[in-house]
Amino acid sequence: MSHTTLFEKVWADHLVVAETPKTPAVLYIDLHIIHEVTTPQAFTVLRQLGLPVRRPDLTLPTMDHSTPTTPVSSFKDLAVVGESAANQIRQMEQNCADFGLDLIGFGNENRGIVHVIGPELGATQPGKTIVCGDSHSSTHGAFGALAFGIGTTEVGHVLATQCLLQRKPRTLAINIDGQVPSGVSAKDIILAIIGEIGVDGGTGHVIEYRGDAIRALDMESRMTICNMSIEAGARAGMIAPDDTTLEYLHGRPRAPQGSDWDGAVTRWKQLRTDDDGEFDKSVTLNAGALQPMVTFGTNPGMVVGINEPVPDGGGDPSFRKALDYMQIESGKPMTDQPVDVVFVGSCTNGRLSDIEEAARVLEGRKVADGVRMLVVPGSQQVKTQAEAKGLDRIIVDAGAEWREAGCSMCIGMNGDTVPQGKLSVSTSNRNFEGRQGIGARTVLASPATAAASAVRGRVADPRTFS
Amino acid sequence: MNAVKRIKARTVVLPTKDIDTDQIIPARFLTTTSREGLGESAFYDLRYDKDGREKSDFPLNKSEASGCRILVAGNNFGCGSSREHAPWALLDYGFQAVISTEIADIFRNNALKNSLVPIVVGEQTHQWLVNNPSVEVDINVVDATLTLPDGKTTGFPIDAFAKYCLVEGIDQLGFLQQHLDRIDDFEKARAWKP
Repeated sequence: MSHTTLFEKVWADHLVVAETPKTPAVLYIDLHIIHEVTTPQAFTVLRQLGLPVRRPDLTLPTMDHSTPTTPVSSFKDLAVVGESAANQIRQMEQNCADFGLDLIGFGNENRGIVHVIGPELGATQPGKTIVCGDSHSSTHGAFGALAFGIGTTEVGHVLATQCLLQRKPRTLAINIDGQVPSGVSAKDIILAIIGEIGVDGGTGHVIEYRGDAIRALDMESRMTICNMSIEAGARAGMIAPDDTTLEYLHGRPRAPQGSDWDGAVTRWKQLRTDDDGEFDKSVTLNAGALQPMVTFGTNPGMVVGINEPVPDGGGDPSFRKALDYMQIESGKPMTDQPVDVVFVGSCTNGRLSDIEEAARVLEGRKVADGVRMLVVPGSQQVKTQAEAKGLDRIIVDAGAEWREAGCSMCIGMNGDTVPQGKLSVSTSNRNFEGRQGIGARTVLASPATAAASAVRGRVADPRTFS
Repeated sequence: MNAVKRIKARTVVLPTKDIDTDQIIPARFLTTTSREGLGESAFYDLRYDKDGREKSDFPLNKSEASGCRILVAGNNFGCGSSREHAPWALLDYGFQAVISTEIADIFRNNALKNSLVPIVVGEQTHQWLVNNPSVEVDINVVDATLTLPDGKTTGFPIDAFAKYCLVEGIDQLGFLQQHLDRIDDFEKARAWKP
């Protein structure tokens, strides 16, 4: 194949039936990750139709959204999340038991956020098609997989047939050339991209992130970037696999082993856009000009450099409404804003390197009076690894809370919420109205910026804490 | 899935851009295991204040919004999460179609699988609808046209297969199952196994 992009190679490799003007493609799915929130209604349909799960071996179930981040030793502990969340968690256990699925549940050392455990277990691999009833499925694209979020009806389709009906999306290249300045993290890069192309800049497209600055990133940083592809409206985000990818995957429990590994590597090395590959659209950013970024409004595209003044929106009523909700004035930088809550975690920034980034700032310092800081590892494995490095001590000594794994305060379904009207600096992915709690005001930032803001008690530039 | 061929109903307008799925149905209502009865949660935090009282200035709470079946919304409606609870909530609330200048991908897919008709129109038509709330419009799904009260008719893009499923009330799972032999063959023939 020539003139072909990475996306097109993975797409073509999974076509069970090609699309026609009248009918969509039947696309095979290699890995289906499921969780308790977006699956119960799909299992109900399977029961009604008397259908089994076609490929339990390609289905990876866990629980993360509604789960408490305090330890669970028995179901009695679920009282903390409320009756309906507890019911949903029990329903997930029942569904997995009834349909023969191997649930990574409470007490399992591998439990965690869907988009953290897939890579961690080595189930996420280059060239796979990966879906989950969660829009941040784009995370897995960091490995050169085609990964995207689906609704519950489609979850049912994949459970029953291991396939989806899909129209081929368009392609968007985002090139980031040059060297990223020190003190600027992957979160800052993706926020800058969304600021540039807008929250609908990727609609209908699969993004491929390219360029020296992307190649220089480790896998956890690449996951942070691909994770937020959906915040630019994109169907998926991808990065071609390279030695960094192989190094990350080698030896992980669900990665190919022995001679299978060698075969896989040969195949994975083909997974790159040809030199003459063509994209439908292309955007280029200069890495050298990047800086720490924070959001000021109610979507991830409303973002500024940490020391830059908040823009005025030119009289757009939606922009005005967002600033009113956030109680933010245009013309001043975000560094003036007092902080009430700081959250480090989520499928965007809940991995070991994120916890380390926050801990580096917290070490020997204290969270400011009146600020509540929550650090929630993305998986139980991240928790164990962080504790082995003593990061939990640094976090607790600084006056922050160290929790069990889960989605937690990113989505606020498990009781971890930001109180009405309070300002939260959060390493999560969405600053939508009410996302972290009714009336909560969310500022998205990197783990370093979040930790620096916790210490200062106001939104802070992490570069002043190095 | 219910067949939808034609919708003649009045509009209600939410002109704000980028209305996300957390606004359509806040996450705390997603702990349900059913798809029924979510209309009460639709736009909950926009409809009610923190004490549970209706916000009188929110368009859906105004008397003229009663009985409106078509939602006209600002650009990029339905951005954010993949929760199908968003179209379930809108349908249960009584909406049959959403009109915007752009509709987010996952929301649009989910809407089409539940007979909620997502309609993307040009800037001019959209602006007219925003400026003239509570008008009766005529949506012909078969012809993929939208007719305004003055008789002006405009086409809207809709995938041929999605339209077929809407008009005939076809459940897409049934269509996929017709390909089970091909899926078996694909699994056997592929060069590598996931």
